[in-house]
Formats: sequence, structure tokens, C-alpha cells
Amino acid sequence: MSEHTIKMPDVGEGVAEAELVEWHIKVGDLVREDTILAAVMTDKATVEIPSPVEGKIAWIGGEIGETIAVGSPIVRIEVAGEGGEAAAKEVKADAPTAPAPAEKVEAKAEPAPAPAKAEAKSAPAQQKASVATSGAPRQKGEKPLASPAVRLKAREAGIDLRQVPGTGPAGRITHEDIDGFAARGPQKGVAAGLQRKDGVEDVKVVGMRRRIAEKMSIAKSRIPHITYVEEVDVTALEELRAKLNGEKRADRPKLTIMPFLMRAIVKAVAEQPQINAIFDDEAGIIHRHQAVNIGMAAQTPAGLVVPVVHHAEALDLFGCAAEAARLADAARDGSASRDELSGSTITITSLGAMGGIVTTPVINHPEVAIVGVNKMAIRPMWDGTQFQPRKMMNLSSSFDHRVVDGWDAAVFVQRLKALLETPALIFVES
Amino acid sequence: MKDISCKLLVIGAGPGGYVCAIRAGQLGVDTVIVEQAKPGGTCLTIGCIPSKALIHAADEFLKVKEFAGGNDPLGISLADPSIDMKKTIAWKDRIVGRLTTGVAGLLKKAGVKSIQGRARFRDGKTVVVDTETGEQMIRAEQIVIATGSVPVELPFLPFGGAVISSTEALSLKQVPDELAVVGGGYIGLELGMAFAKLGAKVTVVEAADKVLPLYDADLTRPVVKRLGQLGIEVLTGAKAKGLAKKGGLTIETADGAEKTVKADKVLVTVGRKPLMDGWGREEIDIDLDGRFIKIDDQCRTSMRGIYAIGDVTGEPMLAHRAMAQGEMVAEIVAGQKRSWDKQSIPAVCFTDPEIVSVGLSPEEAKKAGREVKIGQFPFAANGRAMTLQSEDGFVRIIARADNHVVLGIQAVGAGVSELSAAFSLAIEMGARLEDIAGTIHAHPTQSEGFVESALKALGHALHI
Repeated sequence: MSEHTIKMPDVGEGVAEAELVEWHIKVGDLVREDTILAAVMTDKATVEIPSPVEGKIAWIGGEIGETIAVGSPIVRIEVAGEGGEAAAKEVKADAPTAPAPAEKVEAKAEPAPAPAKAEAKSAPAQQKASVATSGAPRQKGEKPLASPAVRLKAREAGIDLRQVPGTGPAGRITHEDIDGFAARGPQKGVAAGLQRKDGVEDVKVVGMRRRIAEKMSIAKSRIPHITYVEEVDVTALEELRAKLNGEKRADRPKLTIMPFLMRAIVKAVAEQPQINAIFDDEAGIIHRHQAVNIGMAAQTPAGLVVPVVHHAEALDLFGCAAEAARLADAARDGSASRDELSGSTITITSLGAMGGIVTTPVINHPEVAIVGVNKMAIRPMWDGTQFQPRKMMNLSSSFDHRVVDGWDAAVFVQRLKALLETPALIFVES
Repeated sequence: MKDISCKLLVIGAGPGGYVCAIRAGQLGVDTVIVEQAKPGGTCLTIGCIPSKALIHAADEFLKVKEFAGGNDPLGISLADPSIDMKKTIAWKDRIVGRLTTGVAGLLKKAGVKSIQGRARFRDGKTVVVDTETGEQMIRAEQIVIATGSVPVELPFLPFGGAVISSTEALSLKQVPDELAVVGGGYIGLELGMAFAKLGAKVTVVEAADKVLPLYDADLTRPVVKRLGQLGIEVLTGAKAKGLAKKGGLTIETADGAEKTVKADKVLVTVGRKPLMDGWGREEIDIDLDGRFIKIDDQCRTSMRGIYAIGDVTGEPMLAHRAMAQGEMVAEIVAGQKRSWDKQSIPAVCFTDPEIVSVGLSPEEAKKAGREVKIGQFPFAANGRAMTLQSEDGFVRIIARADNHVVLGIQAVGAGVSELSAAFSLAIEMGARLEDIAGTIHAHPTQSEGFVESALKALGHALHI
């Protein structure tokens, strides 16, 4: 027996530490080569750490949510045979493609004493057999394993043992499991009606949620926001959009309001470069970007992410639409790359049909402006002689009041309004 | 006679009924129990206990007879022994008497009212008991049917005269010269072996192709071997046809030939059936499950307020199952939350050697779709077994291959019935092979065979 140590891998880009977001194993588990051990997160990318060897988990370093320096040991695996530590070099993040040390280890595996029947089998086969016997938690649908005393306790507490996860060997349910479940578990089968409930569910803020929390805190504590709301008559824009979508050309993506807004922003910031900027408040420098990299706040199953349409100034309406659609899909299925999730200079946030009347968007720090799109609705508008049904939409936009004055903010939003209300202006070369 | 009203009425004071009543009494439930014979039921009066007494007497007798044979390896010799069956039976009856008196005392101590007589349902809440002094009406909120079972009678071999059931066999005043046993199940073999040891020439007639058909061949092999040593002729695949005119039993052998087995007595042990008649079942409306009363996991019948426990509710018809059911029902009646969640019901066969089975056999485990690991350890490699001159047999353990949770444990060997405690506990606690392997078993005992079987399944038995 020897031990193989796995260290926090260098996930690139000069990151010095990473956050543990998930353990896939626990001490005592038997793992095979390439079994995923843990997931770590840096900035916005999550990296899974596979096992380079076959063996038994002897030690794990760190709780979920803990930030661990690159190079610190995170897992120690007991390996049958010799050559564990010697062969164990630092494991790279891309270890599954280079599992070199593992092969040596397996070749030297101790001939495990096996039942007579298995004698003919090769050594690796025996090892596989022992892997399958790990103290895995109880499989779904299996009869719960518990001593009579535990069963009695559950019965008296009105707990359905099938709902209780077992922490004992082979998923056996212990007295502690019952106590824990009774303290916090879902009380199924309780009679209907109103009841006082005292349970508190503690959810550890880790991973994506922690990133979001930190960013929001920074944005709101550092940036004095000014939020400006204006209504926009998008009747003409909607007519144009319907017409373009009605053509149904295979080479053109379906248009939403987004690409129009992106093009309008490109046009507006050309006249007000202080809006398309990054404010480095520690250095006291405003970086006015010529590239218009528009972040699009998107809801994903994991939480809020902001994929970025880079160089919107170089994309036409359909280019913007295609890129926005592609990034939205990538963000949702988690395949967006780090680059695609960073580098924005201004951000659009939209809740679509859920957009409400007014929002107070939080600026995507260290940017200085964010444009919020509210719900479109037909409202009666007075044209001077009578009410007209018009398609109206509010824009709720926030600005960093340290570097953007209220006047400038208003000018920017009025410019967007003018462009969107007369969409031809978006396409007029200045 | 003045009517009685109570919370709980138990019909039948066998192991299920009396345990139910005692437990209910302990819990403060106002309980009445009705029994037509003596408390203790089949088990105490004409079943488990008296048969074990007779088996013990037979073992002791055989032992001294072997000493008297003159070539005992232990070097013990004595004069030819004899047995006075009247005294043997009287001794057995004293044991039964002590136990039935004991049960009656326990019922009294628990505050249970006992009524002797035959109970009969009048409706779902009322039972009439024919007592010596007249009819007694009992109204009860809850009623437990625990009427038990009776030996199955063969139409062509009705009980009476030379044809006896286990009940009569346990009260024979003299050992028959020739005994035919119809039915090679555990009751037939237990009694057949005992009578062979007491000096009878025993022939076992079994319709199936093997004796003890409920156990696999590995487990029964030592018993079959011993049957031969005791001079018991075993005719498998043979059917009893009836009493022969000139005495003895007419049978049809496996090859179809008719033959007469010499016999003074014919012991019919072809199984037991639930006692479903004579207690007014027709007055109430309860669903059946085959020939048994249908119950749910709380022993409730299809009629509200009526429970059924023990042999009337199905297989296995064993006293300890009935006791566990009785205890559970008493607690349910007392308002506690209980339901049947036992992992296993041990079965013991008091043949020579004994057989114990707890949980699943290898075939049953495989039928259930399990990948299994099996460990078997022979008593021939166990020091204690050698010193007891009982090297035949083994302990066998069956566990899931994936997580080593023990599914079943069997053993065959002298005295292995006492190992059933450890076997049942292991399964009920959800033990894995490692739990058994990691428990120190006292040396020198036969229980070392248990730990060794677990080690064997894990691939590293020490003494084999």
C-alpha cells in the first residue's frame, strides 16, 4: 500500500487559488482511474478533477466552499502496490488525457486474496470486483437498511425510512441519521391544513452563487447608482421587426428587440464614449473602450451569467442577433468559455415577458452603465387629439454617478429612445 | 352469565395469542383471552416443547446405548440400558405442565382475564364462549384471531387407531416396534429420528423426490446421512395408499409398484392447516388469502377492529412469527405506531443434525436477481465440533456482491439451533460480511464457523 496525493491543479490564467464547489467522493470510497473526485471553480469556470489512479480515498482536504491555493494537497488516495507517492507527480487539470502514473500502479497491484472462484481472473479484474463493494450510499428504490431500534425510532417519529439517506456502511441508516432527518427533513404524510413550521434550511453559499453575491456586493457598495427610466414607443420598431422576421430567410436569424438595442447602443456610445467605459476606481482611471462589448445578463439553471457579444460595433443587425442567440444557448448549457463570459464594456439586462414596468439594474462592475429592458405593452397614448394604441416599452438604466452625470445619463437614454422610436436612424450612417 | 366488555379480546392462547395478551396487559389495555384447552397452544402442549423433550430423551438414550455397545471411542462402557416410555412421557408432561402454568401466571400478572372455553363470533364485536358453566358473552372493541393450525389429515389415512398425528406420537406410552412416517418434512423427520433412536424400526414415506423439500441438498445431506446411520429407510417418490388389511401401510413406490411397509403405527406428518372452522368465521366477513386469513402489514383483517396472527395468517407457520405478530398487534391496539418490518424469520429443524436457515438461500437470492458472494465453512475444520464428536455440517453465508450486506445464513450441524440468534441478529441489524468478520467469536465454540464463513465469502478464511 502506498499513498497518492492529488494537489489543487493550476487551472490557468495565473489563478492562485480555486474554490471547492463539490466533492464527488468521501473518505473510504474506492475510486477508479478517471473517477471525478471534486469540482473546483475559478472566476466563472468550473473544473472537474479526475482521479489519475485506482484506489481508496484516505483523506480529503477542505470543505465545500473553501478556497484552496493551487498546489495544496486536496485528496490522498491509498493505492494497492508500490510506487504511489513516487509516481504521483502534480496532477494537471487535464489529467484524464494523461493518466500515465496510474498504469504503473495497476501493473504492480497486490494479488488480492480472492474467493476460489475468482482465481482464474487477472489482477485488474479482482480489483474491479473490490471497487464495486465500496460503501456506496443506498441506491434509489432499494429497501432501507436499518437496525430494529432505528426502525422503531423512525416509526414512532412518523418518519418514512425510504426518505432517509443512510450514512452508515452500505447506506445503513443510523440513529444519528434519523435524528438529523427529524430535525430538518421533509415531514411527509403530515395531515393537510395550516401548521406552524419552525424548520430552518441552511444553504451554504458556494460556487456560482457566491460569485454572484460577491459581485453584487462590490457593485452596490462601491458604485453610487443613478437609475433613469424612460418610455419608448416601439410601434415602428415592432413593425420593422415583424416585417424582417416575416421574410423567413434561412441565412438570417430570428430578430428579437435585443439586436436593435445593441445597434442603438453602438450608435449612442459613439457620441458619448464615457458611457462605454471601465472605471478602475483604485487607480483613478476611466478606460474608454472603442470596442463595444455588450454583456447580456442571462438566467441559467446555475444562476445569473453574463455572456458577452464582443465587438458589437463590427456586427450588423443580424450578426448581433446570431451572436446573442449563440451565447445565450452556450450560457444556458454551461458550455460558454471564460472568454465568452468576460470582457464586457456595457451590459443589457432583460427579463423578457417578466420585465415589469421598472427595474433598478445593478451595474456590472467595473462598467459604468447598464441598460434594462422592461416589458412591452400596448398603452393608450395621447397624440394631441385622441388616444392611440401604441406599443410602449420602458428602459430602466443605471449609471455610475461618480463618472456619469445625470444630464449625460439622460442624454444617452434620450438618444436610445430617439433611435428606437425611429429605427431607420439606427441604420443611417453618420 | 353477566356479559363482559373489554378493549381487546384474544381468541386462542397459543404463542401468538398469549404474547399478544401479555403485552396488551403490560400496556394497560383491558384484555380478555379465550382458550379452549390449556394456555400455550400447539407449541407448548403438543408441538415444539414436547417434541424437543422427546428428542432429548431419545438422544440421551441413544448415547448410553452406544456406550453400552462396547466400542465407544470415549472409552465409556456400561450395561445395556432400557427406557420406560411411561416415565419419559410423564417427565415431558411435567415440563409442559410447568410451562402452561407459567403462561397462565404471566397472563394473570399482566392483568389479563383468561376464560376457558370455545369461542365463537356472533358478530364483528361480539363473541360467545361455551364455558363449563354456560355461555359467556364478550363484547370487545378489538378482537384478535389466533386460532392456530391443526395437522392435515389424509382422507385415506384418517387419524385414529394405528394412524396417529404428531399429537398422539408425543404421548405414546411405548415405543412402537415398527413405525411408518408419512411425510418427510421437518416434523416427520424430527419424530422419526427420535423414535428410531428409542428403538423403533422407522420407514419414511415421502412423495417428493427428497426429504426436507424446503431445504437445499447441501443442507439436508448430513441429515440424510444420519438417517442411514440410524437405520431409517427413506422411500422418496413414494405415495401412501392406506392401511394394509393385514396391518402395515400400503404404498406405491417410485417405480409404481405396490408394497406394504410393516408398521404398528403410522405417523402422518404431511403438513398443517390453519384452523378456520368452529369459531364462527361464517358470522363475520373477512377476506381470505388462499386458505389463510388475509392480513395487512399490521395484521389487520378486512374487517375493522379484527386482527389475525399466527398460523391462521400464513406461512411460515412458526411460533416465533406468531409471537412477534402478537406483540406488534398489542402495541398497535395500545395506540403505538407499529407495522411488520422484520427482515427475516428464522427456521430451525431439530433433526439430527439440526438445520438453521435465516434469510435467503443462495437460490432465492439469485432468483431475486442478486449478484451474491457465498462463504461456507465446514465444522470438520472447527475444533469445538471435533471435541463434541459432531463434525458433520457447515455454516454458510450469502451476501450481496456489491455492498456485502448479508442476505441469508444457513447452518447444519449438532446444536446449531442456538446459532440462529447470531444469524438473525446479523440480518436484522443489516450486517455486512465485514461486520461479522470484524466481531470476535469465542474460541473454542461452533460459532467460530460463523465468522469463518464470512471470512470465506470475503476471500480470506483462516482455518480452511
